[in-house]
Amino acid sequence: MIDLLLGYTSGLLLFLGCFFMLTGAIGLLRFPDFYSRMHAAGVTDTLATILIIAGLMLIAGWSLALFKLALIMLFIFFTSPTASHALARSAQLCALRLTQTPVEKGPADAPRPVAEASAPVSKMEAAEGT
Amino acid sequence: MRYTFCLFAVLAFIWLTNSGLYTPLLLSFGLISVVFVILIARRMKVVDGESLPLELWATLPGYYLWLWRKIVASNLEVAACVWGGLFSRNETISPCSERIPTKLGSDLGKVLYANSITLTPGTVAIDVDDDSVLVHALTRSGLNELKQGEMENQILALTEKNSDSGTNTGQKNEC
Repeated sequence: MIDLLLGYTSGLLLFLGCFFMLTGAIGLLRFPDFYSRMHAAGVTDTLATILIIAGLMLIAGWSLALFKLALIMLFIFFTSPTASHALARSAQLCALRLTQTPVEKGPADAPRPVAEASAPVSKMEAAEGT
Repeated sequence: MRYTFCLFAVLAFIWLTNSGLYTPLLLSFGLISVVFVILIARRMKVVDGESLPLELWATLPGYYLWLWRKIVASNLEVAACVWGGLFSRNETISPCSERIPTKLGSDLGKVLYANSITLTPGTVAIDVDDDSVLVHALTRSGLNELKQGEMENQILALTEKNSDSGTNTGQKNEC
């Protein structure tokens, strides 16, 4: 009985994790500029990963695998902000330098920096490839 | 010296949970590598209160619990933005960036603050200098929420309470 319950709970957690992974991927593809895409990637970094690992932990039972999964979760929790900060910093230091967009400005101003920023994204990806 | 012992405990724990084989040979290999890593870390002078914030051991879990709730809430917000943008034609995101002034004095507090900002999806800390953090946010409301400073006050309560002992250990930590 308890095994069945654990199985269903872990299945639910895995499904939710997959859903948030998908959400992050769609956001990554659809958001207009580099910095917004980074936010979408943040969803896969945090909640989706944690849900999937929690689902796996439930079916791992009391074993060494449980501790290893917990360690993976801990390391992702500490390294993913570092990785996104490195990305943001390198973007800040090259062509994608963030212009100060004041909060008060209306959405009418939004499309312009978007169009401006979309070109350097591909340029930077090309630069990363080399 | 305290920090060295703690580093030893952490590294030994990581070795034991990851190896799973407890024969004398492998355990001695583990001991050798742990001692080797500690020697390197001592030589790099990174064994101190910044890499192992022992003063926060009691309060940090509570903060991470609070942060975890924030992470879930902001994840749901970003997911709503993604799916809302997919199914309706109107703009769901309003990316903006601003320098947010901070009153956190210690380096540890600033690192914790920037790290927490980046961990919550929807806001990313891009640059930190003496008294402000450059933040990029997916929605304007997310930026405004951050500017109200709830997260900052949490960290302030966490780090300033033992700032005296923090600076003291900062001077005597050449263990």
